[in-house]
Amino acid sequence: MSGVGEMNEILLRPKVEFDVPVEAEVISPDLFAEKSHEEIGSLPVFLGNRKMCLKDLFEIEGQSSTNIVLEGDFSRVKKIGYGMSRGKIHIKGNVGMHTGATMKGGEIIVEGDAMDWLGAEMNGGLIWVKGSVGHFAGASYWGSKHGMNRGMILIEGNTGNEVGKKMRRGTIAIKGKTGDFLGVGMIGGTILAFSETGERPGAEMKRGSIVLFLENCTNPPPLLPTFTYNCTYSPTFLRVYLKTLRKLGFPVKEEYISGKYRRYNGDIVELGKGEILIYEP
Amino acid sequence: MIRITKGKVYDPINGINGKELDIWVDGGKIVQVGDAPDLVAERIIDAEGCIVMPGGIDIHSHIAGGKVNLGRKLRPEDHRKDVVPRTETTRSGVGHSIPSTFVTGYRYAQMGYTMVMEAAMPPLTAKHTHEELHDIPIIDKGSYTLMGNNHFILKFIEKGEIEKVKSFISWLLKTTKGYTIKIVNPCGVESWKWGKNVENIDQQAADYAVTPRQLISILSQIADELGLPHSIHLHCNNIGVPGNYETTVESMKATGTNRVHVTHAQFNSYGGKGWADIHSKAREVVEYVNEHPNVTFDAGQIVFGDTTTMTADGPWQYRLYLLSGNKWVNADVEMETSAGIVPYTFRKKSLVNAVQWAIGLELMLLAEDPWRAFMTTDHPNGGPFTFYPQIIKLLMSRAAREEMIAQLPRRALERISLPQITREYSLYEIAIITRAAPSKLLGLHQKGHLGVGADADIAIYRENPDVEKVFSSVQYLLKDGEVVVENGIVLKSTSGRILYVDPGEEGDIEEYIREEFEKFYTVTLDGYGVPENYLERGECVSCG
Repeated sequence: MSGVGEMNEILLRPKVEFDVPVEAEVISPDLFAEKSHEEIGSLPVFLGNRKMCLKDLFEIEGQSSTNIVLEGDFSRVKKIGYGMSRGKIHIKGNVGMHTGATMKGGEIIVEGDAMDWLGAEMNGGLIWVKGSVGHFAGASYWGSKHGMNRGMILIEGNTGNEVGKKMRRGTIAIKGKTGDFLGVGMIGGTILAFSETGERPGAEMKRGSIVLFLENCTNPPPLLPTFTYNCTYSPTFLRVYLKTLRKLGFPVKEEYISGKYRRYNGDIVELGKGEILIYEP
Repeated sequence: MIRITKGKVYDPINGINGKELDIWVDGGKIVQVGDAPDLVAERIIDAEGCIVMPGGIDIHSHIAGGKVNLGRKLRPEDHRKDVVPRTETTRSGVGHSIPSTFVTGYRYAQMGYTMVMEAAMPPLTAKHTHEELHDIPIIDKGSYTLMGNNHFILKFIEKGEIEKVKSFISWLLKTTKGYTIKIVNPCGVESWKWGKNVENIDQQAADYAVTPRQLISILSQIADELGLPHSIHLHCNNIGVPGNYETTVESMKATGTNRVHVTHAQFNSYGGKGWADIHSKAREVVEYVNEHPNVTFDAGQIVFGDTTTMTADGPWQYRLYLLSGNKWVNADVEMETSAGIVPYTFRKKSLVNAVQWAIGLELMLLAEDPWRAFMTTDHPNGGPFTFYPQIIKLLMSRAAREEMIAQLPRRALERISLPQITREYSLYEIAIITRAAPSKLLGLHQKGHLGVGADADIAIYRENPDVEKVFSSVQYLLKDGEVVVENGIVLKSTSGRILYVDPGEEGDIEEYIREEFEKFYTVTLDGYGVPENYLERGECVSCG
């Protein structure tokens, strides 16, 4: 079978509707790159607790490519692109938990929604979600010292709670609403939240920046008392970030680039070197 | 009956050094060694190209109980990287530095170990400890009862009621189904309840007029008087503090001629005034050991990598938290002891860690008598027990040591004497430090050797030029005469014995302490101990 479309790509389509989760960390450009159609089909996946082959669950077209396209409902398929270091996964629908977790490079595009742990503990690369995501995007897994440690997550929809938990480096930008505890325990990196946010953003953060634009937000949450106001200014770094996002195609309003921001530092119960910047219209 | 044939036998207790001998096993015991024309074997194990040794015995390892479990809870990330799936013969679990109970048993068995002693059991969590030991398959187990900071012991010593101390210890060993007296940072842990510590062995506890010297001296005397099969098991004061070797030597002196085992001596053999000038004082510590036959020690060797430190020494663990900035647990165990847990990564590039690594090996290599030096990592404090094969290799090969030394920071080299040490352990000596000597130290006559009448706990390793490979995985492991591991795969999950002592000199101490106990403990005295029927395969080892 030769490539589909313009480029050589590998196309996966679920054969059935899954009633239990599928663990498919094998859906990764690193593994597909040099494998024949036959070899890809025999990669192991778990359907619930049953070990099966990829070809038992998915229709597969194409071979030997780092360009993967997923069509259909993958919302019960977990760990897609887990630990990948190159290539591209294009998901034309919803996707399950742990997508792109611990990835080191490459690109994941999700047209629909993604579930929890999107890009958890990732170390590089880009994840772009057109829909909404669940909790713990870019977060640390339980017990780990840090979460996301490089790379970029762009979300056009809304997110759940504890996005960017303990993140160390990298950037997360969220167009829609964010849940509670945005950037909890952050150690570094930048989170840009364009719309409303939930309770206690930046709780226990040590370093790093959380930027709140509070678009269409009538009732912004109070900051924790362990954040103190410093000044109102126009941060240079933010202009660079916002222009870069725009270049990538992420929608950013012109007034944000030249606007002023109130700076609060915290969380004083921790190191206190973190900052929350709030856009002042 | 099983006949093991054509293997090279290493059995130091019976003086057999690599001789090809047949071993005949029946009913869980060794019934004959050498040729036996009258005996007929149902199964013959061909051990050609193999080394045959008694099953390994680990005298100091934290494998069960309150703090081990707390460590498991604290470190999900430790488990994630080492997931063990279920097989037809074994249960699933997780590993790395704090493996789950079943995995602990399998991994020890896969390395050829058949007996492991849990190193620190607070009496209050004795039931929990025995419940976990019950779930550790294959290997035989025992546990040392923590007594160095027990309220009753300190109180009796303060009042000069030594007979009561003796009765209490006898009672506590029986009640907790312990194996010997474990002392951790004597008086220091008690002071920690007031936010203090003791800095030398002549400083009194915060609220008792008792010094560590008194306590060590009296308890070592009592261990000998009660005829405990193992001596006191001593974790000295000032652990991990530069310049602490003096405390260690003083602590050994405090026992006079009574038996004493100094555990994880590596952590207690530091010179210098601070972290900036820390250097090895292994030679000074070992010199004392070499000259005094009443003293034994184990290394507490560190292994470079990520591990979880856990000890009853609360004040030290708090210090380690301050040093490392890692997450931590510190717990108070009512009137008995404390506990602390801190994850820690030993790094080759760290000057202090490099010195620590060298000290452990120096201790083992400078000890003249292999019968009094034991290989441990103080699992999981220095590193997981699964690294024992690596340490055996370092002891047996100077080239392997030099390869590692070349990776250490150059500044470390002037602080250690390891590069100058040429000694290499022989296989016979490895059999001593991991089998024969531990059984002797624990006072077990039926273990650690392959003589007629001994328990048929036999490890058969495939010979290989790489020693680390040899000891990583057994070809066969016999436990109580049954083949439980073959080619590194666990075939059968049997249950091991629990060894404990009952010196029988408790008198009426239980009634004497009842009122005070019921007043201050959160449990009743009747619900405190571990009853006989708690142990599936309990075995009382005789004293005296």
